[in-house]
Amino acid sequence: MTNELRRTGLHGLHLEHGARMVPFAGWEMPVQYKMGVMAEHLHTRARAGLFDVSHMGQVLVHPRDGKLETAALALERLIPAAVLGLPEGRQRYGLFTNDQGGILDDLMFANRGDHYLLVVNAACAEQDIAHLQGLDDVEIRPVTDRGLIALQGPEAVTVLARMIPETSEMKFMDSRILDWGGIEVWVSRSGYTGEDGFEISVPDDSLREFAEAALAFEEVAPIGLGARDSLRLEAGMPLYGHDMDETVTPAEAGLAWSIQKTRRNGGEREGGFPGAARILAELESGPASTRRGLRPEGRAPIREGVEIFAAESGGDAIGIVSSGGFGPSVGEPVAMARLDPDIPDGATVYAELRGKRIAVTVTALPFVTPSYKR
Amino acid sequence: MLKYTEDHEWLRADGDEITVGITSHASEQLGDVVFIELPEEGREVEAGEEIVVIESVKAASDITAPVAGVVTAVNGDLADNPGNVNDDPMAAWFFRIKPAGDNPLDGFMDEAAYNELIG
Repeated sequence: MTNELRRTGLHGLHLEHGARMVPFAGWEMPVQYKMGVMAEHLHTRARAGLFDVSHMGQVLVHPRDGKLETAALALERLIPAAVLGLPEGRQRYGLFTNDQGGILDDLMFANRGDHYLLVVNAACAEQDIAHLQGLDDVEIRPVTDRGLIALQGPEAVTVLARMIPETSEMKFMDSRILDWGGIEVWVSRSGYTGEDGFEISVPDDSLREFAEAALAFEEVAPIGLGARDSLRLEAGMPLYGHDMDETVTPAEAGLAWSIQKTRRNGGEREGGFPGAARILAELESGPASTRRGLRPEGRAPIREGVEIFAAESGGDAIGIVSSGGFGPSVGEPVAMARLDPDIPDGATVYAELRGKRIAVTVTALPFVTPSYKR
Repeated sequence: MLKYTEDHEWLRADGDEITVGITSHASEQLGDVVFIELPEEGREVEAGEEIVVIESVKAASDITAPVAGVVTAVNGDLADNPGNVNDDPMAAWFFRIKPAGDNPLDGFMDEAAYNELIG
């Protein structure tokens, strides 16, 4: 099995930086470097971290008739978000849904003038591409010759502006095609850490050179998937396959905000995506459960799979932790679970850990305040 | 003289008691330790019984009692500063145990044998 794992263009670089490599979604990826998860996490929040996210799927969606509107409307048949109306050079978060109203994957899509660029999860990429290929008036072109690097943290912009000056003028969720010393790079000001930062798509044959150029600045350290997970958890961002899956609706996943008014009941382009009836009804009636933050008492992390109860003893579980761990910036454990929305913020519930129930405070998300450059 | 278990604990004879910690190899594998739950002093334990919970940023794991006996002391400072396990694993002891049997350290690995185990 190990020899079937795919390697990114930065594999050699990871090893040189002392990475511990693990299998992840069919790829061999760095879970941490010599610094360790905690220090990598804190470095990203304080300075700038470089993440190899080349395992993620990049896909171009071109309209067959040359009209961008055609591609927008095609994508809206699969995605509840408003695709039409997203201005050129802007990126938006969306979901692929199924007929039952569950989530097949989450993604970013960007308007690039005459086509859209999509970035999807590694584990779902193949399935997403097949799903997209079911649309008849667009051409789906998986990008197979580029890697993806995330540069995240308060000093990311300082560093990237030295390499690509135009990036300092970009705003959160801007997406642009820029030049780095004659190399075409696709840059968006976005990320998965709650920090300001960028995601940069670089041709495979320049990927290592780009990463080395960024790592040469003293602000930047390489960061593994371990810290990527704790950073996104503190930022209250859901992880596909954990906090949401094909059985969880957008409202249950706490992602109702990703469905703009124009796609909701009474909107100009109401519905028309898989599961629309259930998803839109639920936006009005409210879901039976939705993703909430949890702050356990004490220092013991409550991890995925831990059951949540209303009382200190007895009763049935009222939820299950979907993501959880220690939050290095919070300095305490943090977790997320889907719970009854009527439970108020500040309420105490109980997590059953090794046969004991520990008090947990229900909180709003995120656990740390994002510092996006809006 | 230190002895070692296959579970990557170090054992040190202190009078008629044994002090137990984890090796630097184990602490590196665990990653940053964020939470430690220690047993109660006076608890009678069986050999192999899980008596310490260690949570790192990555996962939860246990430390077992290397021999049967009674827990005579625990390192309460460690519960407040779990990162000490990463900073200095040989100094970060978890508990002391008064063994029930004789020659309790017989049969555990010496340093050479342990180094061979971890390669």
